[in-house]
Amino acid sequence: MAKAKDTVSRTLMVALVLSIVFSVVVSTAAVMLRPAQIQNQNLDIKTNILSAAGMLEPGMSVEDIEESFAGFDVRLVDLETGEFVEPSTVGVEDPMKYDMYKAASDPDMSTNIPSSEDKAGIKRRPDVAKIYVLEEGGEMVRVVLPIHGYGLWSTLYGFVSLEGDLNTIEGLGFYAHAETPGLGGEVDNPRWKQQWVGKELYGEDKTEPQIQLVKGGVSGDARDKEHKVDALSGATLTSRGVEQLVNYWMGDRGFATFLQKLREGEV
Amino acid sequence: MADASAKQVLFEPIFSNNPIALQILGICSALAVTTSLNVTIVMCLAVIAVTGFSNLAVSLVRTQIPGSIRIIVQMTIIASLVIVVDQILKAYAYEISKQLSVFVGLIITNCIVMGRAEGFAMNNPPLLSFLDGIGNGLGYSVMLLFVAFFRELIGAGSLFGFALMPTVNEGGWYVPNGLLLLPPSAFFIIGLAIWGLRAWKPEQVEEPDFKMSRHTTKEAF
Repeated sequence: MAKAKDTVSRTLMVALVLSIVFSVVVSTAAVMLRPAQIQNQNLDIKTNILSAAGMLEPGMSVEDIEESFAGFDVRLVDLETGEFVEPSTVGVEDPMKYDMYKAASDPDMSTNIPSSEDKAGIKRRPDVAKIYVLEEGGEMVRVVLPIHGYGLWSTLYGFVSLEGDLNTIEGLGFYAHAETPGLGGEVDNPRWKQQWVGKELYGEDKTEPQIQLVKGGVSGDARDKEHKVDALSGATLTSRGVEQLVNYWMGDRGFATFLQKLREGEV
Repeated sequence: MADASAKQVLFEPIFSNNPIALQILGICSALAVTTSLNVTIVMCLAVIAVTGFSNLAVSLVRTQIPGSIRIIVQMTIIASLVIVVDQILKAYAYEISKQLSVFVGLIITNCIVMGRAEGFAMNNPPLLSFLDGIGNGLGYSVMLLFVAFFRELIGAGSLFGFALMPTVNEGGWYVPNGLLLLPPSAFFIIGLAIWGLRAWKPEQVEEPDFKMSRHTTKEAF
C-alpha cells in the first residue's frame, strides 16, 4: 500500500467519486426498469383475482389476462356503512390505485379492532375496502372480495369470489403467505382450493358466516356440509386461521353489511 | 496466488476449493433458496453475476482504494450490483423474484462475494478476478443445485416443478418427506456432500484441532 493514496483528502475524494458513480448506476437501473415492474405488479394482482374467481386458465397470455380482467369493475366500499364510496374520499382518482393494506396502517383511514373481536389477528382494519365486481348484461354475476388474516407464521392475503347470490363461494385463494411448505403451505394446493367451490357462506338468516374447517374430510351426508371444508392435514393452526379470517371478513365487522345491502338492492 | 492461471481460478472453486464445502461460506442462502430448482437456478445466476462483476469492479479500482476504507468501498460496489440485479429480476422474472423475496437483497451479505473481493480481487488483475468471481459463483451453484435436487425430489416429489412422483395430496402415491422442505434439511445434505467430497479428495480433510490423550487414571468400577 503506497502512502500517497492513504491521505485524508484522497480518502474523501475516492469515497465521494465512488458514491456518485454508484448512485447514478443504481438510480438509472431503478428508473429504467420501473415501468416493467409496475406492469408486473398490476398483472400479478389481476392474475390473483382471476384465479380466485376461477377465471384463470393455464397458459393465458398477458393480453388474455388484461382482457378478462377488463370486465371487472373496481369499486370502493365503506365497511362501516356498507355503501360504495367515491375514490376521492380516500384521496385517489383511480380506484385501482387505492391500497387498502397501506390504509390499514394509517390511523385516519383505519379502525382499531378490539382484541376480543379480532378473530383474524390483523389488529387494524381499513375503513374502505377495494372490491371487484363483474357484471354481465346489467346483472351482477361475480363479486371478488379481499381477505387477509393471521395463520401460523404469517399473514395470509387472498381473495374470495362470490356468485351473484352473494352467498355461494366460487373460489378462494391466497396470493401471499409464509406458512410451512408442505403443511400450511398447502393452502395453495389446487385440489384443496377446489373444495371451496359451491360452499355457502351464510345460513338461513344471511348475517353470520358459518364456514368451518373440519378434520377428517366432509362426507356426503354430513350436517351443514354446505358450510364445511376439509382442514389441511398437519396444519391445525393455519386451518384455524383460514376459518377465522374468512368468518371475520364475511361477518359484520367485514363485508356482511355491504353484502346485505347489495342483496337487497340498496346500494 | 498471483501466478494462478485463468483455467485454475475458473475451475478450482467448483470442486477443489468449493466456497460452500471447503471455505464454508454462504451457507445461509444455501438453506433458504433450495426448496425448488427453478428458484435455485435464478439465485445461482444472480450470485454468479454479482461475484463476477463485483470482483471485476473491485479489481479495476484496487490501486486507487485507500486501505482505511477498502471494506466499505467493496460493500458499496457489491450493494449497488445487488440492487441492479434485484431490479432486473423484478422487471423480467417477477414470479421468481417474489419467491426469492429478501434473499436477492441478502446477496450483499453473502460471505462469498465479500470474501472473494477482499481475498482475491484486491491483489489480482481485473480479468483474472472476474474469472475467479465466476468460478466461485459456479462452485456455489453446483452445491446449491445438488442440495435443491434432493430437496425438491424428496420433499415435493418433483424436479423443476414437474411431478415425477405424484404426491398423496395430488391424488398420487408418494408421501413427501416434509423435513426436506424445511431449511434444516439442507444442513444434512451439505454435510453429506462435504463428506463425499472429502472422501474423494482427501487433501481437503483438515488436521484435527486437538488429539484425545490416552486415558491415564484408573477409575473404580
